[in-house]
Amino acid sequence: MDSLIPLIPFLPFLGFVINGLFGKKLPKSVVGMIGSGVLLVSFLLSVMCFNEVGTGGAIRVQLYNFFTVDGLQADFGFLVDHLSVWMMLIVTGIGFLIHVYSIGYMHNDDGFWKFFAYLNLFIFSMLLLIMGNNFLMLFFGWEGVGLCSYLLIGFWYTNKEYGKAARKAFIMNRIGDLGLLLGMFMIFKMFGSLNYEDIFGSLASVRLDPTVITTICILLFIGAMGKSAQIPLYTWLPDAMAGPTPVSALIHAATMVTAGIYLVARCNPLYSLSPDAMHFVAAVGLATCIFAAIIGLRQNDIKKVLAYSTVSQLGLMFVALGMGAYASAMFHVTTHAFFKALLFLAAGSVIHGMGGEQDIRNMGGLRKAMPITFWVFLIGTFAISGFPFLSGFFSKDEIFAFTYAHGGKVWWGLAGFGAMLTAIYMCRLLYLTFFGEFRGTSEQEHHLHESPATMTVPLAILAGLSLAGGFLNTPHFLHLGNEQWLAHWFSWVIPIQEVHLGEATEWKLMTFTTTLAVIIIIVSYFIYTKKSSVPVPDAQQSGLTRLIANKFYVDEIYDFLFVRPIEKISRLFHYYVDVQGIDGIVNGVGTGVQKLGAGFRKLQNGNIEYYLIGMVAGVVLLLLSLFL
Amino acid sequence: MSLLLILIPLLTALFLLIARPAGARTIALVASLANLAVTAFASMGFVGDGSFNHEFSIPWVAEAGINFRLGMDGISLLMIVLTNLLAPLIIFSSFNRQMEPEGRYYGLVVLMLAALNGVFLALDGLVFYIFYELALIPIYFICAIWGGQDRIRTTLKFFIYTFIGSLFMLVALLYVYLQTPGTHSFAWEELVRVQLDTNAAWWVLLGFFLAFAVKMPVFPFHTWQPDTYTTAPTGGTMLLSGIMLKMGVYGVIRWMIPLAPEAIHCLMPTFMVLAVIGIIYGSIIAIKQNDFKRLIAYSSIAHVGLIAAGVMAWNKAGVQGGLIQMLNHGINVVGLFFAADMIERRMGTRSLSEMGGIAKSAPKFAALFMIVVLGSVAVPLTNGFPGEFLLLNGVWNYNFWLGAVAGLTIIFGAVYMLRAYGLTMFGEANEQTARFEDVKTNEWIVLGVIAALVLILGFFPGMVLNLTDGSVNRILGAVQF
Repeated sequence: MDSLIPLIPFLPFLGFVINGLFGKKLPKSVVGMIGSGVLLVSFLLSVMCFNEVGTGGAIRVQLYNFFTVDGLQADFGFLVDHLSVWMMLIVTGIGFLIHVYSIGYMHNDDGFWKFFAYLNLFIFSMLLLIMGNNFLMLFFGWEGVGLCSYLLIGFWYTNKEYGKAARKAFIMNRIGDLGLLLGMFMIFKMFGSLNYEDIFGSLASVRLDPTVITTICILLFIGAMGKSAQIPLYTWLPDAMAGPTPVSALIHAATMVTAGIYLVARCNPLYSLSPDAMHFVAAVGLATCIFAAIIGLRQNDIKKVLAYSTVSQLGLMFVALGMGAYASAMFHVTTHAFFKALLFLAAGSVIHGMGGEQDIRNMGGLRKAMPITFWVFLIGTFAISGFPFLSGFFSKDEIFAFTYAHGGKVWWGLAGFGAMLTAIYMCRLLYLTFFGEFRGTSEQEHHLHESPATMTVPLAILAGLSLAGGFLNTPHFLHLGNEQWLAHWFSWVIPIQEVHLGEATEWKLMTFTTTLAVIIIIVSYFIYTKKSSVPVPDAQQSGLTRLIANKFYVDEIYDFLFVRPIEKISRLFHYYVDVQGIDGIVNGVGTGVQKLGAGFRKLQNGNIEYYLIGMVAGVVLLLLSLFL
Repeated sequence: MSLLLILIPLLTALFLLIARPAGARTIALVASLANLAVTAFASMGFVGDGSFNHEFSIPWVAEAGINFRLGMDGISLLMIVLTNLLAPLIIFSSFNRQMEPEGRYYGLVVLMLAALNGVFLALDGLVFYIFYELALIPIYFICAIWGGQDRIRTTLKFFIYTFIGSLFMLVALLYVYLQTPGTHSFAWEELVRVQLDTNAAWWVLLGFFLAFAVKMPVFPFHTWQPDTYTTAPTGGTMLLSGIMLKMGVYGVIRWMIPLAPEAIHCLMPTFMVLAVIGIIYGSIIAIKQNDFKRLIAYSSIAHVGLIAAGVMAWNKAGVQGGLIQMLNHGINVVGLFFAADMIERRMGTRSLSEMGGIAKSAPKFAALFMIVVLGSVAVPLTNGFPGEFLLLNGVWNYNFWLGAVAGLTIIFGAVYMLRAYGLTMFGEANEQTARFEDVKTNEWIVLGVIAALVLILGFFPGMVLNLTDGSVNRILGAVQF
């Protein structure tokens, strides 16, 4: 098994190389087969790893030494343990489904081969990120997925706006990466290694300054803020929706953006030593969770709603991490991967059926024309809203219980408020899209069709996972069997956390949030379907609606505070400091010298050959003089 | 062996300049490839413990302790690899333009090659100085004869700038020489052994710094560079940015710090701050440049600023990072200028605002160019990453905040490079870019080799770092302060 482990990331890499070099000449069916085939094999190998890790514990594989400088041994090596193998299953499993889906979704695109090449490259990077046994490997993957995200957001590169969105994503991520990089420097200085097991293993024996630990944790978290789109570095993610929808599902919902959660969960021994850093993580998460949910309430682009929902859900995961409920955060990563991939792919199916339309104000009543898409979208919506016994119900409930136990009523109330908003905007999205009367053009109505099987089959599988995924980790007090299975699975890497609330309180909390979710689902049905209240066109928006629809003008504020000043400074530096200032002085001196040199000009006859030959001959003579 | 590296190009240069044979370009290419072969041969069986391999020494002015002495430790070898690896690429890429008269142009290029090899091989202070100055002359003529608009003024400025810098170095070098015992000696070991008092060391360090700071260039001694890079013919720009500026960094490692470590504590903080200012300053200016070559020129100020800062931090990570980055920056910057030249040859302009949509008409070019850009942005598993990582770590070890500020380069680098890539390649094609011809065979060779190097050195940086490891330990150990 050990020797097969490098194949898991390198098979997708091979797919990238083959499709990248020859894909243009290959038929689309072959390209799609290679692209998804390699993933299927990687997934099966991951399943084998899962079995082996379950019985025999972590697997370590060393490939080669990347470099060794000053005691910094940077190895290209893998650590497949309970945490990473779980992520591997998600990435390769959902990745495979999305690859299959893409065969149908992208079949008309000229860049079909390029799309699959990039997707494979992304999977390779993502696998390096989670399988690496040290921070440097994580960083390779971390930047690699950022690059793939850039390439895929800007996939339709002839559109200038898309190119800008791609660049924005890469640059905002790089801001976070700087934090991660500095955190790594600090870790190496303190622990003399970047290897996870060395670092976490030495925590017990080494006494460390708490400020140092807090600084390290916060620096690492800055990296997570970039990758997982938290305030203030979240604005790239909604713009990233410019990419093809499978990309939004895979990269900007199910896998890449959860890398920040993975990072903190991986470093849980460090974070647990720093209550300050934990508070910071929870606070940023909570703020993001609510803020993004509010924005989500007034978006009318189907993908934008889902994007803000992702930002908000990621915030909730960080709340869990900040509460010390690392395993619950990973649980929510899992269920979120199921239902958010489902929702995005279903949205893609809608866009496909609508011939490219993304504005929900022009949709409505689609459930008749697209029954499968409708049902899976409904399942996804109910799952994310916390409808009883669907996947999101379990994972969110666990986070709320921890928040109540460790953070108190206020934290719990605020997190619950965020969840309530989630249910509202998701129901609004569902009902406006699939219920009521069709509001698009007659041309669109004519075009409406259910998507092909390559798209609906992956949707059905994801719908199944969204329905049942919650049973991976049921709470004790419900006595459903399989209690806390996932938490126990992670217990090798993440110590088990118990919610010490007592069954009565847990029952009360769950009943409250669940009732709320169900009420919202019902009430919003009446608002959006029975009363058929459709959001007004952009021009008629006013007051608060306008403010929210324009995302609180955060992009404009960043533009005003950072982008434009830097551009202005760039011009000022260039013209006034460089050309006029420093170079002006130099030229002043230069002019003087030139005048002096004018006298010598008379000695020159202008034939360069003479100078050159003279000079070279001189050098040769000098050298010859050595030998004589 | 060491002597061969200088003699082959020197004699070729003489032949090309005097005889002006037909087919000068082929002769120059063959000579540079011969040098590459010698380099490969020299690196086989190389002893990397920090001692000097392939030493060659004959007395020159014995009474004054001047020897014509060459040799290479790992540091020199890396520079030799850089020089002789890039030279054939630079010469070959010049094939795409008519450089008339050919004999003169290619003669000058190989003469340059001889001088550069001399600089990196010299183990005698005076020999180093002579080669250092000699390298200036051919590049001066290359820029002055085949340059673009305003070439005479620009080139003269460049010449005077660097020449004056070198004079400071000469004075400093002579001063240290006069402190050697007995009949004095220019031998590297003897010069290193000299103990200076702090005051004298202060002046010596400053003298060397001025010379090298101009060459690299470090802020605020850089204003010759954007103009020169922009007006010089692309081959000349490649020689300057790919190889010649590394003379300055190499000089810092080999000569400046070992000769006057006594004053490091006084002056180094200032030098470090200047280098870091250069990183930010160059980056910020690069963001809004519209002339593609000028943009690369400013980005080069930023990259070299980081190399300078890392090297002057004088710890293992910084120096090792500086060394590997010199090689990789050389490769990447040659790639970038080559891409810029390709675009300029096809479109007759370097103005980014007139481009866009090239990716559609030239997908192969877009892919190869992307790889070079990624190397330049230091994405992991490309050649730019290990160097940038180690350099930032080195600067960070020197001072936390300086490291953090220098780290901004990873953000700004992405901003200006991706902007340039986006403006040229993405967007709607215009009338001119729609007809943009994809890479031709010989362009494919140059960009293909560079892209391959970007990836190979990105995956296996250990090859390079192991080469210099022993020598860096040795030189760091020898210099105590």
